[in-house]
Amino acid sequence: MGRDPIVRLRRVTKRFDDVLAVDSLDLDIYQGEFLTLLGPSGCGKTTVLRLIAGLESLDGGEITMNGTSLDGTPPNKRNVNTVFQSYALFPHMTVFDNIAFGLKMKQFDKQQIDEQVREALSIVKLVGMEMRKPHQLSGGQQQRVAMARAIVNKPLVLLLDEPLSALDYRLRQEMEIELKHIHRKLGITFIFVTHDQEEAISMSDRIAVMNEGRIEQIGTPTQIYEEPENMFVAKFVGEINVFDGRILEIHNGSAAVDIYGQRFKVQNRKNHSAGESVKVLLRPEDIMVYKLEEADPQYPYLTGTIEDVIYKGKTVDLIISLDAGETVFVTQFFNEDQENVIYRHGHKIIIDWPYGWEVVL
Amino acid sequence: MDRKSRFRNFAVGSTFAWITIFVVIPYLIVIAFSFLTRNAQEIVTFTFTFTNYRDIFSPVFLKVCESSFILALGTTVITLVFAYPFAFFLTRIDENIRRTLILLMIIPFWTSSLIRTYALIILLKANGIVNSFLMSLGLIDEPLTILYTQVAVFIGMVYTLLPFMILPLYASLQKLDRRLIEAARDLGATSRSIFFYVILPLTLPGIIAGSTMVFLPALGLFYIPDLLGGARSMLIGNFIKDQFLTTSNWPLGSAASVILTLLMVLLLVWYFISSSRAHSDGMEAVR
Repeated sequence: MGRDPIVRLRRVTKRFDDVLAVDSLDLDIYQGEFLTLLGPSGCGKTTVLRLIAGLESLDGGEITMNGTSLDGTPPNKRNVNTVFQSYALFPHMTVFDNIAFGLKMKQFDKQQIDEQVREALSIVKLVGMEMRKPHQLSGGQQQRVAMARAIVNKPLVLLLDEPLSALDYRLRQEMEIELKHIHRKLGITFIFVTHDQEEAISMSDRIAVMNEGRIEQIGTPTQIYEEPENMFVAKFVGEINVFDGRILEIHNGSAAVDIYGQRFKVQNRKNHSAGESVKVLLRPEDIMVYKLEEADPQYPYLTGTIEDVIYKGKTVDLIISLDAGETVFVTQFFNEDQENVIYRHGHKIIIDWPYGWEVVL
Repeated sequence: MDRKSRFRNFAVGSTFAWITIFVVIPYLIVIAFSFLTRNAQEIVTFTFTFTNYRDIFSPVFLKVCESSFILALGTTVITLVFAYPFAFFLTRIDENIRRTLILLMIIPFWTSSLIRTYALIILLKANGIVNSFLMSLGLIDEPLTILYTQVAVFIGMVYTLLPFMILPLYASLQKLDRRLIEAARDLGATSRSIFFYVILPLTLPGIIAGSTMVFLPALGLFYIPDLLGGARSMLIGNFIKDQFLTTSNWPLGSAASVILTLLMVLLLVWYFISSSRAHSDGMEAVR
């Protein structure tokens, strides 16, 4: 993205009493993108959102929007709107009045308000619910009203604070797809906060993984999932197996690593040097499992025993206890043509993985 | 089990007996008296009549009602204006200071309000503390005439009834979801709009409760206007008191009491209807 960022955070710091909630954070958010702040609770992601909205004051650093500093601009003067986690719908107002609130505050005339509220209602598929009160709506409908109330103002940036967390699983998946649709349709920049990595991966253009007030890694969902830059990101996003290894020697671009006495060839993206201790990370779906008899002594492998087989329909999860002592979690896609992928508790097996599918940290 | 239910029967029974003996029976007597004929020697004669009610709807009594109504309404408005900002302030301050302030507000209740009204006389009279203080500051040359004016009556009423307004307002402001205020700000509302569109409608149940708790007693309080306002204005409370104690026209006093009670019942009915409506709107706000 070669454009100028629409929102730019520079050395942004926020402290609550003695706790550093946001620690000198830099972040550029580009026009029209769907950026997710992902992290465990207490990592400062919601605080970043509230700082952009102006609901918290900065203790240090600067936030600019379209090149202008937001310093001293109160929330009601910022061209951003928030979808709150609790929805925060006005309970004494109808759906219509809730959605019309922002436009009324900006003194739009009655006809404009009417038109735009109706348009917003149709975007969130709530036509016909205008006269209901929030307490007469289901959780999913309330969520839609909260969306409509924010997007009707056509903000430059829409801030979404875990908007789906109160919904049940099915509804959440539906809303994920709809949120994506709305994002595409409106072309507004979305900054989405969540602790749910699946949600983040399936919806975002970019994900910023946060921990203790800092960004651990920022990148596309694929980058975050396939090429985690550190252990925190690797462990927070998805399941991952970690092997301890030691670099034996370096060839151009690749390295030989000793893992539990076996010599594996791995890619050396991080420029490790010989003798270094490293972690070799593998996603459960990247590990291959074979019967012990299939072992080819020409290639390296790790031996183990099947501990558990968990049938999931599309996939089979295997829990393998390596002879070296580690426990490994493997996901296999179910293949009905291949009888031999059916393992049972106690089977002796070997594992390896295709060159380059690993991450070395 | 048996002991428990015996205790319950005792508790419920004694309350019931108390209310029957001291509230229901006296009130039935008042209602009965209002339909009897006046007799200077034996209080009443047992002759059924509507004359008391006919007498009561005289221009004099209507005037009394009107001035009582104005006083009660004025008191309610003034207490609301003072209490709302104070209650709002209470919800925004440190827990310890808040507790101290609420305690300070409640302490005067440990003294009879009659005595507190006498204390106000000392404060307000010509050579009282307020005037001496203002004169010593050089703000005024002659003492202000406060005592025995309508101003003194309002001061006394507001002073006595203010806590009854503050407490319900405080309770409803405390329940107000702060996130709604943030949402309103986020949607572009100024502080003024937030107050009129969000805070005020959502604290309406508290305003209604507080106003009822001030307005109803204000209608009947007779000793404050008596002591602080002199005998200038006749109010419903004074009127009733006079019928019983001065002119010993018990049937007329009883009829006035019944009318006052009916008025209050009507206001209470209005209160329950409007507060349940306000409550059903405000319900989600407190969730």
